[in-house]
Amino acid sequence: MKETFDVAIIGAGPAGISAACTLADAGIKTIVIERGEYPGAKNVSGGVLYGHNLAEILPDYTERKCPIERNIVEMRIWYLSKEAGYSIGYRDSIFTGDRKYNAFTVGRAKFDRWFAEQAHKKGALVVPSTTVADLLRDGNGTVTGVVTSRVDGEVRARVTLLANGINSPLAAVTGYRAEPKPEQIALAVKETIELPAEVIEQRFGVSAGNGVTTEILGEMTGGMSGVAVIYTNRDTLSLSIGANLAELAKNKLKPYDMIESFKQHPMVAPLIADGQPREYIAHWLAEGGYDAMPKLYGDGYLIAGDSAMLFNALHREGNNLAMASGKMAAETIIEALNKNDCSRRGLSAYGERMAESFVIKDMKKYRRFGSFLYQHNELYTQLPRLASFAAREMLTVNGVSKKQKQKLIMKEIRSKTSLFKLLRLLWRGWRSVK
Amino acid sequence: MHIVCCVKQVPDTTQVKIDPETNTLIRAGVESICNPYDLVAVEAAVQLVERYTGRVTVISMGPPQAESALRECLSIGANEAILLSDRAFAGADTLATSYTLSQAITKINAAEPVDLIICGKQAIDGDTAQTGPGIATWMGYTQLTYVSEIIGIENGNITVRREIEGGCEVIQGRLPAMLTAELELASIRYATLPELIRALRYEVKVWGAKDINAAPEKLGLKGSPTSVREIFAPPVRGGGISFDAKEKKEQAVEDFLGALFTKEKTLMEEILIKASYAQE
Ligand SMILES: Cc1cc2nc3c(=O)[nH]c(=O)nc-3n(C[C@H](O)[C@H](O)[C@H](O)COP(=O)(O)OP(=O)(O)OC[C@H]3O[C@@H](n4cnc5c(N)ncnc54)[C@H](O)[C@@H]3O)c2cc1C
Repeated sequence: MKETFDVAIIGAGPAGISAACTLADAGIKTIVIERGEYPGAKNVSGGVLYGHNLAEILPDYTERKCPIERNIVEMRIWYLSKEAGYSIGYRDSIFTGDRKYNAFTVGRAKFDRWFAEQAHKKGALVVPSTTVADLLRDGNGTVTGVVTSRVDGEVRARVTLLANGINSPLAAVTGYRAEPKPEQIALAVKETIELPAEVIEQRFGVSAGNGVTTEILGEMTGGMSGVAVIYTNRDTLSLSIGANLAELAKNKLKPYDMIESFKQHPMVAPLIADGQPREYIAHWLAEGGYDAMPKLYGDGYLIAGDSAMLFNALHREGNNLAMASGKMAAETIIEALNKNDCSRRGLSAYGERMAESFVIKDMKKYRRFGSFLYQHNELYTQLPRLASFAAREMLTVNGVSKKQKQKLIMKEIRSKTSLFKLLRLLWRGWRSVK
Repeated sequence: MHIVCCVKQVPDTTQVKIDPETNTLIRAGVESICNPYDLVAVEAAVQLVERYTGRVTVISMGPPQAESALRECLSIGANEAILLSDRAFAGADTLATSYTLSQAITKINAAEPVDLIICGKQAIDGDTAQTGPGIATWMGYTQLTYVSEIIGIENGNITVRREIEGGCEVIQGRLPAMLTAELELASIRYATLPELIRALRYEVKVWGAKDINAAPEKLGLKGSPTSVREIFAPPVRGGGISFDAKEKKEQAVEDFLGALFTKEKTLMEEILIKASYAQE
């Protein structure tokens, strides 16, 4: 194609669109290329977004009618054995007051589309139904644009931003990022279950427009490192469960079976009773952490979001790392274009910006968390069983003295593991996130 | 040559279901697409222009979102696009729709004479196949429906092949003419990147009732004598009777003969009734 652009962005997810908005605001000629029929068509997410990060890009996102499903007022954490479980939650009225929309749920299909429309209104060109098949490079290996699957589909740009997510053949074709290893990936399946809004409000004890997130660890991943979540949307619940790809392959387990038995858990079943399944999708999560990150920039290109393996596995924050990195990439590009230096040197401020921001700080902080989960499968087998055994014994009134019950519990624990092992696990767990 | 194509945005009917309780279409969450027959019509128009030179204008009557259907047409080569959007157009049946479209074409014709109108054979959400012929009637154009091939245009005459019951016919008509397209008429191209970008940037013109000089009583619900009484899914047809001849052959034959002749309403009767329907 004859026309050239200042910036070509691959992927209209949160990372790509955040960058596009920031660039368009600065009057930079930007094209975003998205393989989906429309932005969001190919995206799945349990769907929690954070108001703070969105406001950094669109301060007036509520006036722009951001398609918010529910404002999150309570976060719950569950630890489940097969037929029992612990639950703790934190609810705060500040989340309906001053800090409303601290976190909220969105449907990605709707949100991404809306987000891309805002970029379009600011002047960025968003081209859907078009796949980037390769990068254009000059003789020195500098990236000079992208090659799309359409006729006359080469797009020249001074800078290219790779914001194409985790699951993109482009990584293998171009080698900008090593193909993720199976143990660096979680395969998550998500099922959306439709229920009337009032029923959701009743079951979760929230008023109209508000909602709850539940993050779950335990036996439901069949001994594999992984988590499940339940998020409330306006008139659906998102159930998602994911496990490490390497372990799934090793155990020959199907994620589908995992979600089916999860749905029958006594703490889950009543929440989804009488609901109608609406969609079912599988997706990858970038769980490799800090050590799996590729080089974030090079001559003529930068990488942001999932494509750069930016994902916080403990807090399930992918969207906001994507948005923050997209914005920082854009800010760097603006400077580089002004200085007329889009080489690796000219773009190096991206690395510095990222290192100073919460993005890399968090990635570093949780660097060992993924491998901690991966190496301690007792977290999903023995421990939830023991924890449930203890609670069950203590809470059953059957004439046995509490002292006696304590003895029984300790005996059970010692027979399955040792106090030393438990302490070591605690210590390692703490160290992996400290 | 100037060709006008009329297109409609429709719900993707492969996804539409009927609510068994209220008997209405469940449209929630269903994507809108450009009616596939209409895209074929546009492709055929673009091919004609490539063959004989000229321009293609696409028009659509619909809500503001219908713009995306027009953009799809632009991306495969249409030159201009106009959206007819006005509250006064809402609730139109095929009579009011064809009136509205023909008023718009009359206006287009005044600025740049129209030689040919191409519509899709039918819209997949209504299947009436009346809008194209309606336009031809309002405009007084030659009417050529169910066209599967445009053989050529010469001396103000167009020759086409059209599908008819049990075969096809090749006929000629005088321009200006209105064609309705079968799917075989053309296979839709994959837009090139520059064309797609042009379509995304194009500013679609929007015309309301005033712009097309329309008589208010002929528009929308007011101008529509048709009303829908009921929508329902046809009852699911049960499977036929079967006789297991693998295990007990004789028993199966006996049962079959029994069903054929000795029941209240015999199988024989049913077969005869069906056969006579088929003949009609
Ligand atoms: C089940 C599930 C639940 C999740 N829940 C949460 C959550 O609650 N909160 C949270 O913060 N994060 C969550 N995440 C993670 C979050 O979805 C991702 O971190 C986030 O989407 C990353 O954004 P991105 O823009 O980098 O990539 P993506 O959102 O993946 O966007 C990449 C885009 O690029 C397009 N693309 C890819 N390749 C090409 C190509 N070659 N040409 C053109 N286009 C291309 C894709 O179609 C896609 O639209 C979840 C993920 C999953 C799978």
